[in-house]
Amino acid sequence: MRVTFTVNGRSAEADDVWEGESLLYVLRERVGLPGSKNACEQGECGSCTVYLDDVPVCSCLVAAGQVQDRQVRTVEGLADGDRLDPVQACFIKAGAVQCGFCTPGLLVQAHDLIERNPEPSDPEIREALAGNLCRCTGYEKILDAVREAAAIKAGIA
Amino acid sequence: MNDKLVGQPLVRKEDPRLLRGDGRYLDDLGRGALAAAFVRSPVAHARITGIDVDEALDVEGLVAIYTHEDLPGRIAEPLPLLIPHPDLTHPRTPYCLANGEVNHVGEAVVMVVATDRYLAEDVAERIRVTYEDLPPVVGIDQARAGERLVHEDAPGNVAARSVQTNGKGEAHEAIASAPHRLALDLHIERSASMPMEGKGVLAHWDADDRTLRVHSSTQTSTSVRLAVAAKLELPPDRVEVITPDVGGGFGVKIVHPWPEEILVPWAAMTLGRDVKWVEDRREHFTSSAHERAQQQHVEVGFDEAGRLLGLSVEIWHDNGAYVPYGIIVPIVTSTQLLGPYKVGAYRVEFTSLYTNTVIVTPYRGAGRPQGVFAMERTMDAIAEYLGMDRLAVREANLIQPEEMPYDQGLVFQDGRPLIYDSGDYPTMLRMIRDLVGWDGFEAERAAAAAEGRRIGIGIGAYVEGTGMGPYEGAHVKVETTGEVVVSTGLTTQGQGHYTSLAQIAADVLGVGVGDVTVITGDTRRFKYAVGTFASRAIVTSGNAVAIAAAKVAEKAKRIAAAALGDGVAPEDLELVDGRVRRRADPATAIDLRTVAVLSNPLRYAFDEETKAATQFAAATATGEEPGLEATGYYMPERSTYAAGAHGVVVETDPETADIRILRYCVVHDCGVVVNPRIVEGQVHGGVAQGIGGALYERIVYDDAGQLVNASYMDFLIPFATEVPHIQTAHMVTASGLNPLGLKGAGEAGVIPTSAVVASAIEDAEGLAVRRMPISPSELYELRKARQARKEQVSA
Repeated sequence: MRVTFTVNGRSAEADDVWEGESLLYVLRERVGLPGSKNACEQGECGSCTVYLDDVPVCSCLVAAGQVQDRQVRTVEGLADGDRLDPVQACFIKAGAVQCGFCTPGLLVQAHDLIERNPEPSDPEIREALAGNLCRCTGYEKILDAVREAAAIKAGIA
Repeated sequence: MNDKLVGQPLVRKEDPRLLRGDGRYLDDLGRGALAAAFVRSPVAHARITGIDVDEALDVEGLVAIYTHEDLPGRIAEPLPLLIPHPDLTHPRTPYCLANGEVNHVGEAVVMVVATDRYLAEDVAERIRVTYEDLPPVVGIDQARAGERLVHEDAPGNVAARSVQTNGKGEAHEAIASAPHRLALDLHIERSASMPMEGKGVLAHWDADDRTLRVHSSTQTSTSVRLAVAAKLELPPDRVEVITPDVGGGFGVKIVHPWPEEILVPWAAMTLGRDVKWVEDRREHFTSSAHERAQQQHVEVGFDEAGRLLGLSVEIWHDNGAYVPYGIIVPIVTSTQLLGPYKVGAYRVEFTSLYTNTVIVTPYRGAGRPQGVFAMERTMDAIAEYLGMDRLAVREANLIQPEEMPYDQGLVFQDGRPLIYDSGDYPTMLRMIRDLVGWDGFEAERAAAAAEGRRIGIGIGAYVEGTGMGPYEGAHVKVETTGEVVVSTGLTTQGQGHYTSLAQIAADVLGVGVGDVTVITGDTRRFKYAVGTFASRAIVTSGNAVAIAAAKVAEKAKRIAAAALGDGVAPEDLELVDGRVRRRADPATAIDLRTVAVLSNPLRYAFDEETKAATQFAAATATGEEPGLEATGYYMPERSTYAAGAHGVVVETDPETADIRILRYCVVHDCGVVVNPRIVEGQVHGGVAQGIGGALYERIVYDDAGQLVNASYMDFLIPFATEVPHIQTAHMVTASGLNPLGLKGAGEAGVIPTSAVVASAIEDAEGLAVRRMPISPSELYELRKARQARKEQVSA
């Protein structure tokens, strides 16, 4: 089948998509956006998290056909050109990246939290990120990054 | 004057790329390559009686099916024993594809190559392998019993038996004659590295150039290169191995060559097409490697002050079905068990046992968490027995700073004597005492008890051999653009080497960290290396970079001196702010990039820059090799010993037996710190894995040898909701063994965590914890057992 959708503001089209194919596979293998990562393929780790119509989803659990005519935003679409999103900038500043494999999903999830809740408490941050596994950082510096990004965004707003 | 970059918490150079989704990991490469998938054994122990591929042959997109019978030459032989040892008397390693017998669930039996992974999996599903079951050996008890054998020619399932003593007398005699004696039986269950990215291999055979290019998600590209060359019978210079971005390693990716690292390149050569294999999560659980999994019997003799007069430890180590990585893990347990303590007579014996389970190879900590568990549980047991403060027992046994260097009288995993080079353990314990609030804890406990809450405190310490040899190297080059390119053969899996190694080079060459580009894990750029494991990268590669950069700096001074003329001598010069200048007269200077141009005397000019290096223009230094570059190696004489102490406060729910960490504190000493931000991140990550190992993570096999929790849904890695805030404090006792004074930091955080969490639970509950990890159900059972004992006594 053919799937037509919008990804990071651009229209995308994938042909010969198999009915059981995941959105993650379409993004990575068919539209050239390998930023979202495949670490468990069963929705447990969050490394493949993307926005689907402004709601974060595990793209490994979304069937390709479900995105027809819808909007997808991936880690590649978070920055505004050369300007990193505050969440990305704060990940650098806090030292929240190690191997970087879980990072794309965490960024989308953290971005969503701050959009929904400009002043998240620590338990709220932990809860919001509790679908994203990171094996490197122990989360400490990720929490620092999210706290600071929230403060920056609140300041802007 | 430049501020020194080493020691500054710089942000990482590699992050912007990774944060934009522009990291390129193994599965992001090789679009259009053929895909490999594997038929793996569904049973733990069996003879293969038949492989029927008929139903699979008409799947569209099938390219090839390979079984053991199809493998030629050395590929058909067992994989190498990477680390032979005289005590490893019955080494067995796996075949690339099972040769008539399978020894664990997940062992590769058939390789399928198809046009994409979906189709390869479809083919694999239609291949019928028939098995004749053999009785499986699962768990240490069954392995020790020796009634069933994993390998018929390995009696008692024993791969190795090894004894070490510290040369301070006979341990059993010292224990027998000691004023007090105790014995403990301890268990640590299986866990696994479990990086977010599994393994993966991509191979390209260039038939015209007769060159094989292999990308692998590995911790050692240079060793994979040599292993592939040996197996495929190619000259090593015809094999290139490149490590792309790697999504974590934690030990599992130091093992090599994995069967897939041989089979995928061989298939690419055979088929003349690119072939890729990417491990899925289930495969990673059932066919890569695990660790921990030990039983220990400790006997200790001590005096009234709690001083260890004699210590005897017997260890049964589950090494899984094969031992490609030798017996490194139990060697590390046996030797690092002693920690910061001095022991009278010490004897340790380990037996490394085969079981029909996934192989056991180093996972972050690499045997140390088990050793520290044994030692720290022993310390607590002594304190309990003597009615002493637990910290006081530890203090009574500490090696003092003035006793450094301290020879523990053992042989470490690097084959060298276990001599602690430096450390200040009394200060370390004092710091953790303050940080965790040891002295004020009884008031805290009472306040909690008044609210009906139950809390406990635990403490523990470790020493970690880091930075072992044999060597690492680096090539440092100043480009004519002024860019400094540092190439090192070791790999990186998120430790920030692109930044920390740049800091070291930049300091020596007087440039900014932004001027330095670091290349890792690419054998096209640097061929001689060992790998990134055992907390060794910054010590070995860091010093190699400093050595190579110093050679470049000297060369730059010689060339600059010749160019500046006017009686300027190289020793009058210094490298500062991207220039080579006279110390006495900084205005007399030449840009480092210009020195790079002059370093390559030219016949021909290409632009204004290069004019300066042509024959009628420049005064170039004579007798120099062209290029402002140099190679340097650092070969440590032995490991350097880092140390740390952790303290934790836990709360246990009186009703549900839920275990919650209220406070986690770390004092950490890794010598001179290159980048505190990176080191802190390493410590945090290690502690998180340690908490996983203490409370959540365990690999569970049933009696048939089925791995029953082979998914992230069932193997519980902590999320942000499980890892508490971690307070860290640093101390620096520089290593005298290397020029930069460095010690490794990669594994530190994970090492004492199980021990200190056990200590705190024990303190909260007043019952002995002898087995880790511990779940609320297990704590509940311990309470019930204690209750039953009490009732028995009163009845």
